[in-house]
Amino acid sequence: MIKLASEAEATLSSFYEEMRDKGAPRLRAAGWASFSESGVPNRRVESWHYTDLKTAMGRPAPLATASRAALSLPRAHDSLRLVTLDGVFRPDLSDIARLPDGVIAQSLRDALAQGEPHVLSALASADIGAQDPILALNAALMQDGVVIQIAPGAAIDRALELTTLASAEAAQSTYTRALVMLGEGARATVVETLGALSSAPAQDNCALVLRLAPGARLDLVTHFSGGVDQAIRVASLLAHLDAGAMINSFALIEGEGLNRRQIFARLDGENARAVFNGATLGRGRLHADTTLIMDHAKPCGESREVFRNILDDQSVGVFQGKVIVRPGAQKTDGVMQSKALLLSEQAAMNNKPELEIFADDVQCGHGATCGRLDKDQLFYLTARGLPRREAEALLIEGFANEAMDAIEDEQLRAFLSDRVSAWLSRRISR
Amino acid sequence: MLEIKDLHVSVGEREILKGLTLSVKAGEVAAIMGPNGTGKSTLSYVIAGREGYEATTGDVRLNGENILDLDPAERAAKGVFLAFQYPVEIPGVATMTFLKAALNAQRRARGEPELQTPEFMKRVKEAAASLGIAQDMLRRPLNAGFSGGEKKRMEILQMALLQPRLAILDETDSGLDIDALRVVADGVNALRSPERAFIVITHYQRLLEYIRPDSVHVMAQGRIMRSGGPELALELEERGYQDYIAQEAA
Repeated sequence: MIKLASEAEATLSSFYEEMRDKGAPRLRAAGWASFSESGVPNRRVESWHYTDLKTAMGRPAPLATASRAALSLPRAHDSLRLVTLDGVFRPDLSDIARLPDGVIAQSLRDALAQGEPHVLSALASADIGAQDPILALNAALMQDGVVIQIAPGAAIDRALELTTLASAEAAQSTYTRALVMLGEGARATVVETLGALSSAPAQDNCALVLRLAPGARLDLVTHFSGGVDQAIRVASLLAHLDAGAMINSFALIEGEGLNRRQIFARLDGENARAVFNGATLGRGRLHADTTLIMDHAKPCGESREVFRNILDDQSVGVFQGKVIVRPGAQKTDGVMQSKALLLSEQAAMNNKPELEIFADDVQCGHGATCGRLDKDQLFYLTARGLPRREAEALLIEGFANEAMDAIEDEQLRAFLSDRVSAWLSRRISR
Repeated sequence: MLEIKDLHVSVGEREILKGLTLSVKAGEVAAIMGPNGTGKSTLSYVIAGREGYEATTGDVRLNGENILDLDPAERAAKGVFLAFQYPVEIPGVATMTFLKAALNAQRRARGEPELQTPEFMKRVKEAAASLGIAQDMLRRPLNAGFSGGEKKRMEILQMALLQPRLAILDETDSGLDIDALRVVADGVNALRSPERAFIVITHYQRLLEYIRPDSVHVMAQGRIMRSGGPELALELEERGYQDYIAQEAA
């Protein structure tokens, strides 16, 4: 049955042998079976056409075994932090004791050991993400992570930060999975932080599963940073929204290496609303792929995607966005937009927007553009006294801002603006 | 203040300015009038330093210094201001952010201390109030979705804040109704001073009823064809530009 060919897949098979008895055997087996059908995707797999993972991965780095003991992590904002380090959830580095009423957090390892059916079924990706081999591989090999349950009706003011970090001095592979479940009418803000503390080329496969009960609202900010040239990071986001639920999300992608963020979102109840915005700051040889499937399964859903790719040096951006409107999902309203700004001759952008509409009473649109800084705008700003590089920076900042408009949390917005400014300052000063 | 001598400018293959000579003194308001397509906007771009508008021969001196080799920001810091005929929309950049960045960039270039936020806010608010610009407009992205009249007022607001030595108004009257025209003209008149010169580019005499020029220059075929006092504008209003176009045919 299993037709594993390459050395890479043989190594992954040995990882699976190691992980298969670490809880949730059926979920792992289903993930492994699904992965085994296609193996590590290369350019011939359509949804991975612009990101040749197989070539980049080569031979998988050894599975992370233990994380560093002592560590001091700086705080960028006032969030309650839940840290997964080198594939292991670290309560000692986390703010478990300070979590407010209405929030229950435990490690994925504990959750899998307990095996509560509603948690296990929430962790699975039975529908839209099920076809993706790397998300399936994540299910087969998940080592640890965090499971958060937010009680119905709870309104959590402080943001919860899910921090996933790699710190090992040698290359390693990590497979982590987090789950956030919001009960009916609950409201919370989650920050998803992915970073690296060492210069070893980590291979990280992480997944964040979001389950929003009717009327729940989640604000999500994702931040990728760090990494080195040979590092690989695939982060999958699975979101299920029930009736009247809403997710408002923004992702800032910076750093180095090969990055792919894949979003599988499904509006599973009427009147659900999803915003997936993002900005990429590309420098050096960053490869930043955002692949999104927005699935409208029920009527009266609304989705908005605004992505801005800012690409300098030899960086490469990818945006693949597909909006699906299922039969019967009438009155769907979807707008998807991806714009790229190329700041150097070598930078490149691949835009691939798609609509698949099987209902007749819908409003859906998409737009994708790719261009350089506008000469008229540059002249206008320089004629007002801004030196060329500063004028460029202001225009780039404005371009990024358009994707950040929907962020409601002032502190997180300021944090992200600071990151954009820092990136731009480096550009001005060189 | 401004001395232009025998200026030839080509844009791409085409020569637009063909030996233009013009002198504007400090404190003077000089009106430049002329038919469409005669190079009036080109002249404003060359003075402001727009890329692609290169002088092949000739001289542009500001207070004795040749400015043709300076980039636009350096010229702005030396006091050149161009109020655009079509102000550019800058999405994502709040008007206030832009104003502060521009003002402080000029101050830095001149070796002056940057303005801190409270003092800056005070100046912007005063200038905005006198031009009838609502506070919430200053928080919106620069010129994005502004009406024609709002954009022109915003140009005058910038001029009031930046306090240039030489201000060029390129068809600032186009697209303005009579009330907006009066507001804009009042804004310009309030800035008239013995240390400042204006070049007012326009098609019509109407604007000059509100901004009284000291000199009027007729531009056609890439040159200043005739110079005179305010009475020249009235003559043009009556006779049109036919005399100057006819000369070319002859």
